[in-house]
Amino acid sequence: MRFTVNGKSRRLDVHPLKRLLDVLREDCGLSGTKEGCGEGECGACTVLVDGVAVNSCLVPAAHAAGTRVTTIEGLEGRHPLQRAFVEHGGAQCGICTPGMIMAAVALGRKPTREAMRVGLAGNLCRCTGYTAIYRSIQRASGDSKNRGDRKDRGVQKNRTRSSTTIESRRISRKK
Amino acid sequence: MASHGLKAVGHNVLRKEGIEKVTGAARYLDDLPFPNLLHARTIRSTIPAGEIADIRFNFDTAGFAIVDHRDIPGRNVVALIEDDQPCLAERSIRHVAEPILLLAHEDRERLLSADVQIDYRESTPVYDAESSPTVFKRIAIVKGDIEQGFAAADVIVEGEYRTGHQEQLYIEPNAVVAVPEADGAMTVYGSMQCPYYVHRALVVLLGLPADKVRVIQTETGGGFGGKEEYPSTIAGHAALLARKTGRPVKLVYDRVEDMIATTKRHPSVIRHRTGVTRDGRLTAVDIDAVLDGGAYATLSAVVLSRGIIHASGPYRCDHVRIRGRAAMTNTPPNGAFRGFGAPQTQFAVEVHMERIAETLGLDPVRLRELNALRPGDTTATGQRMGRDCSALRVLREAVKRTGFNRKRKALAGTNRGIGLSLFFHGSGFTGGGEIKLASKASLALTEHGARILVASTEIGQGTRTMHAQIVAEALGWPYDSIEVNAADTAVVPDSGPTVASRTCMIVGRILQRCAEEMRDRLGTLSPREYLRKHGPLVVTKEYERPHEMSWDDNSYQGDAYGSYGWGCDVVEIDVDRDTWEARPVAFSTVHEIGKAIHPLLAAGQIEGGSAQGLGYALLEEVVMRDGRMANASLTNYIIPTTLDTPPLQVTMFENPYKHGPFGAKGVGEMPIDGPAPAVINALRHAGFDVREIPATPERVMAAPRLEGGKAERRKGSKARRLEG
Repeated sequence: MRFTVNGKSRRLDVHPLKRLLDVLREDCGLSGTKEGCGEGECGACTVLVDGVAVNSCLVPAAHAAGTRVTTIEGLEGRHPLQRAFVEHGGAQCGICTPGMIMAAVALGRKPTREAMRVGLAGNLCRCTGYTAIYRSIQRASGDSKNRGDRKDRGVQKNRTRSSTTIESRRISRKK
Repeated sequence: MASHGLKAVGHNVLRKEGIEKVTGAARYLDDLPFPNLLHARTIRSTIPAGEIADIRFNFDTAGFAIVDHRDIPGRNVVALIEDDQPCLAERSIRHVAEPILLLAHEDRERLLSADVQIDYRESTPVYDAESSPTVFKRIAIVKGDIEQGFAAADVIVEGEYRTGHQEQLYIEPNAVVAVPEADGAMTVYGSMQCPYYVHRALVVLLGLPADKVRVIQTETGGGFGGKEEYPSTIAGHAALLARKTGRPVKLVYDRVEDMIATTKRHPSVIRHRTGVTRDGRLTAVDIDAVLDGGAYATLSAVVLSRGIIHASGPYRCDHVRIRGRAAMTNTPPNGAFRGFGAPQTQFAVEVHMERIAETLGLDPVRLRELNALRPGDTTATGQRMGRDCSALRVLREAVKRTGFNRKRKALAGTNRGIGLSLFFHGSGFTGGGEIKLASKASLALTEHGARILVASTEIGQGTRTMHAQIVAEALGWPYDSIEVNAADTAVVPDSGPTVASRTCMIVGRILQRCAEEMRDRLGTLSPREYLRKHGPLVVTKEYERPHEMSWDDNSYQGDAYGSYGWGCDVVEIDVDRDTWEARPVAFSTVHEIGKAIHPLLAAGQIEGGSAQGLGYALLEEVVMRDGRMANASLTNYIIPTTLDTPPLQVTMFENPYKHGPFGAKGVGEMPIDGPAPAVINALRHAGFDVREIPATPERVMAAPRLEGGKAERRKGSKARRLEG
């Protein structure tokens, strides 16, 4: 089969029913795409095929022939979502993260809360409760000029609509 | 957030392995290349109880490696607490999916198509823990005189509460690779929480000296307790095949196998009998808890221990009796899951408190305020609460922030209900557990800073980051100058398992002491100057129990935990009168955690644990049919998706624990204690008398209606809305 992976044209000799997930991981050496369930439920294997987010565990190689496939490696660490997922808690154990980011890429710029809820419903995350994922996506599509310099700063609760509040007041000692 | 002069602690520094995780560069077990690798498969029992009669191989075995119990050079056990579980069944079968044989082959297709037929002589299985004749562990807590307590009561309220299994459902299934070394040694790489648990199990199974076994944790895609003890089994299997073949062997479960065969949260049946005065003071608390341990003991004894210590909730009462037992059934063994017994028992006590308030006609907040533990009060084990007791504070804060009382009135008579739960969670191993563990941590000086050497694992919660912050702060050096070594038993000391909300409070504290000594030794020298002048420096420290703590394992009295975190959840649910689905539409929680070392990561624990708790309350049902999980797939076992998870409002307070690093207590487990009772109490407010979780649509539909005609009125009100 011939297809384009992360901008590079590839020609592979694989079984037409081999899962795109395995083609990417085994034949293309791209292990960033993960398998969580193998039945199209968890979304950990999400990649973009011609710009559309798909579960690569459900796509036979033959269906990917002639298409443009983008995996997490194709973002080259430069997509604003990637930095935002680190800075705002969108990635915990990280196993759902590549698929989650690819699904978030497919949402386009500045998705609404409802667009995120619906658009990410096929991507399971067991660590975050999704709150930090929404936060990360909102930050990535918001003030990109602040990317990269948020290190060593506290939670900026006044600047954002983050749902998290932290108060360090000592608790009253009164009974 | 104010950090009071702290430079690393209390700041949201960049997580150590964050970039790798978002770029796809992080290597999980299945991403690692191993030359000359064999793939492996586990042949498992298909009956719940009986004996193996015959095994036949209906395939050409050439090219296959086949291992059974006779290939075990050491002891055929999964070494943990009781050593009752065989690594491979010999004759007796106690549960479906019990491992019997192991196959390995180069070619995955041939491996999967190999047909092994096993004939059995079946016996009668036991599925009911309450009537099971085999009890793994009994524990009783007695405080005061229960009869005297009941004599002082105006009213006695009784109730029975049930909870189901819950699957951890980490997104990365269990996975290991075993690599045989030239000198008979064995190295195992894998997804796991506790490298030294695996190490010990392999030493016993393989009959090797400790220095011939090496265990290395690979990047781990979630654990939640599900990778506490189970990796000892799968690592043993891969190691046996690797030993027999002399080649690296990979064993990676698919989702179905992971769900059918591995441990889950213990189901429970918990009965409460409570004496209370008319004005709402608890006079007698009598609790009986039964946990379904499944087929082997695994960690049931300690799950039971934590469960019953938390069973009376964050409340004071002079006369308490708590009796618990963990019993055997012919189902796959249950084991560790975030919360470790406390979510079950605190579900029961918090729904029971709601029912006491209903019985007395008291406001549920008022009842909790009256009885909540205050500094100076004692728990069921007689532990005296110190200044770091925050039960009242989190309760009042949650009520205020959510407008609970106002909403409760406004929602009455609608399809919505609002409920709350008050809970606590002890940090660290129970009772004398930390003394027995005697955990160690090391800190090595490097040219530009220090390297942390601990067996604590990063499984998503931020261990590396949080430990590096503690060390950086104690040394007064930049966060970036602190490296974290891989959890590799050949290099790091045994810091104990990564469980029990102990990684920050216990191991973090040991690291803090290492850093303080390193700082003192260096004096005014830079790391490079010190290394030139004095040579390498590694500081190792061991856990030290605070001198004021004491615990008696026989009477179960004393300081069960160094400190407790405190939480209060408020949930609003909406009941669909056509489908009987109860959906959480708003969730708010207030947690007091001592000190948030990394506020964003701490909030992440609370958000994620709360979502898991909402799943436990409403969605996650393990259907056991003839001892086998009947819905072992992500299609049929439902965990919360984005659409099932309401916005999660988290508020954290800090009331420092004096022996925690910079005041920190544990935070990992507590968030899962609260959502289930808050959801059920919200359902009660909406008129549904549910006492069992998960509250599936079937259970909501079948639940008795509360307060007579109220449900009818609600029905009417919806009808009016629809017409309008």
